[in-house]
Formats: sequence, structure tokens, C-alpha cells
Amino acid sequence: MLRDAVLVAGKDLRIELRSRVGLNQVGPFAIAVLLLFGLALGPDRAVLAPASAGLFWVAVLLSTLLAVQRSYAIESADAARDGLRLSGLDPAGIFVGKAAAVVAQLLVLEAGLTIGVALLYGAHLSGGLVLFAACLAGSVGLAAVGTLYGVVASGLRTRETLLPLLFLPIVAPVLLAATKAWNEALAGTPGRAGSWLDVLVVFAVLYVAIGTVAFGPLLEDG
Amino acid sequence: MPPPAVRLHEAVALAGHFPLLAGASLEVSEGEVVHIRGPNGAGKTSLLKVLAGLLAVHSGEATVLGRDLVADRRAVRREVGMLGHHSFLYEELTVEENLRFAVRAARRGETALGPVLEQFGFGGRLRHMPVGRCSAGQQRRASLAVLVAKDTRLWLLDEPHAGLDQEGRDMLDRLLAGSKAAGRTVMFASHEHERAEVIADRVVYLAGGRVVEAPEAPRPPVTGAATHVA
Repeated sequence: MLRDAVLVAGKDLRIELRSRVGLNQVGPFAIAVLLLFGLALGPDRAVLAPASAGLFWVAVLLSTLLAVQRSYAIESADAARDGLRLSGLDPAGIFVGKAAAVVAQLLVLEAGLTIGVALLYGAHLSGGLVLFAACLAGSVGLAAVGTLYGVVASGLRTRETLLPLLFLPIVAPVLLAATKAWNEALAGTPGRAGSWLDVLVVFAVLYVAIGTVAFGPLLEDG
Repeated sequence: MPPPAVRLHEAVALAGHFPLLAGASLEVSEGEVVHIRGPNGAGKTSLLKVLAGLLAVHSGEATVLGRDLVADRRAVRREVGMLGHHSFLYEELTVEENLRFAVRAARRGETALGPVLEQFGFGGRLRHMPVGRCSAGQQRRASLAVLVAKDTRLWLLDEPHAGLDQEGRDMLDRLLAGSKAAGRTVMFASHEHERAEVIADRVVYLAGGRVVEAPEAPRPPVTGAATHVA
């Protein structure tokens, strides 16, 4: 399975690097979301800085939708999805590979957004280890859920509207826990973020496990 | 006597409630080259998709290369090469990258990649061209190259001559003749009957999702009666 996962992740990342959709569309979209929040809440950094963590994770959530939709868009051109099924790759490997490619893109995006909240909202970046751990565990959870529901939505004509409806309610725990963990880190009390990080890790492990089992049947039926 | 490479018995495949295959029965021996004929909508593409494990068998029996497709239709895929109406290729990847991905996924060796690329006209810089920038004919050749590089026991080809120029068609015919010599089983749907007759060992006719007897050739007009009426 791992071998197949590496193969699929390498393929997806190579396509993304070449098409530059992430760089030219998802990244600017995420920055635009941060700017719009800033406009909505006003220029007062006393208001913006405390909201930094929540706004950061809402931007990440919305960007994940784009990244997942893009991940399946590359499989829909010229029936590549059927090609993927015919390839003989282990479905669990396809799931892990596609999710890993989304995680890699999200981590790059989150690095940019972290700089964004520091510059735009005046967030004081502290507790770097907790910030990174929350990003890593949160991204794995988001990518796992997105990849799982993405394969359901990708086989349907209503995929653009269906995916957010499936995805956003499920990832509410990630938004909550990641925001709390970031709030503790940004407030200078990273030691109090442990339980929230635990929630993120449990969520990620749970959905990776569900995905490796359920992805195959969903890929066939989609 | 060796088991058949393909065996269908009263196989039914559905799209919703619509029968794509409506009780198809068929046996194909190992190493046989079979031409599938039938009018549009007869079920030729559906038959090939069922044999590739892409379409589920709703009822009946279906065995391909000793694998029971009703029990597990994924099991056969690594042994099957399919050429469909679509290229199954990634437009952003180069021809060589697409080939490498397919070969690695199928757990095949990569030593044959270079010669296969040359064989299909992708020598030099062409092999580094993204598939999306290739012409339709080049994309068809790239799909054929993937098929050859994967070196599977059964080929399922849907209108394989479509989109190829004269040289490409001739090359495909040589490829199919070579497959026959190598003992590979080939099933192909084609409306190019004259070319197909030369290559195929036998013809299977489909109509309404079932394998049928060869339709009778249209009778020539009775000239005497026509003269009498006139």
C-alpha cells in the first residue's frame, strides 16, 4: 500500500507543480479570504489579533475544498479516473497518496497564511511547535475527510456544490480544536494546548483509518 | 484442455435499471483474437468494460483469466490492458511520465520503456511533451504505448484504429498480429471490418446486450421479379 501511496502522491504533486493551480489560484484565494476578514472586522488590530487563529483556520478550511476539488479534477480529464481504477493500484494506497499530496499542499499554504496573519492581523507568533503540530495534525484530518468525500462527490454532476455540504460539517471538530490550540500558542500558553492537539490527532487517525477501508468501494461506486 | 481466458454465462450489467449487458454468454480461448461486431448501442463497450472489471456484473457468471469478476472485479485489472474511447492519460504529465506511472502501478519492469517510446514515435524530445499538448493521434499512440509497456495477458480494445493515421493503423495491425503470435488474448470492437477480418480468429456479434448468431447478409434483389413489375 505504501508503495502505491508514494506513486500516487508523487504523480499528484508533479501535476500540481506543473499546472501551478495551487500557486496561482488556491494561494491567492486563501490570502484574499484573510484580506476580506480584515475588511469585515475593520483595521483595529486589537480586534483582529485575538481572532487570528479562527480566521486562519477558516481560510485553511475553505482552501482545502479547492485543493480537494483540484485533486479530483485531474482524475476526471480524459477518464483518468477509469485509468486509475484499471491501473491495479491498491485503493487504500490511492487514498493515502491523494490525501498526502493534499497535506503537502496545505502545509505550504499554511506557512504562507501564518505569515499573512502576522502581517495583516498583528498576530504574535509564539509556541511554534504547537502551531506546527496543529497544522500537521489538522491538515491530515482535513485532507483525509476531503479525499474521502471528494471521491463520493467526484462521480456526481453536483460535485461542486455537494462537496462543501459533505465536508464542512464533518470537519467542524478540526476547526474548533485547531483554533483552540493556536489560540493557546499565540497567547503564550502552548502547554495548555495538549488536549486540543489530542483531539486533532484522534480525528486524523480516525479518518485515515476510515478512508483506507472505505475508499475502494466508494471509488468503484462513484 | 486449458480454461478459457474469458467466460461469460448469462452475464447482466446494469446502468441504473437499464441493462447494458442483458444475459451475454461467451467463451474466448487463451491466445485467441476476437473481433466484436454490432450496431451502435449493442453493448460492445459495456462488454469490454465488464471484462476489464470497470463495470459490475449484476447477475450471471463472469470469469477472466481465472478470476471471478462477480466475487472481485478488481483482482483482474493488473492482468488486463484496455484501450478505450478516452486516453486514460494525465494531460499535465509527459508521455514518458505517463508510461512510467502506468508501468510502476502495474508492477512491471521499466527496462522496456525506452524501446516502446521509440516504437510509437516518441523518440527524442517528443517523449518529454505533456500529453495535453500532443495531437489526438499522438495521444492515441501514447495510449497504445502504455498498453504495450504494461505487457498484460489480455487486451481489450475499443475502436483501436480510431484517431490513428494510416501509418498508425498499419502499426496497430502489426502489433495485433504480433500479439497473436505471442499467445496474448485480444478482444477488440471495431467498425473497420476489412482490417479486423485479417487480424481476428473469429467474430462475435452483439445485439441488445447479448451475443447473437451472425446476422444474415442482406439478400440481393430478385432481378426477374423487378423486371416483371417494371
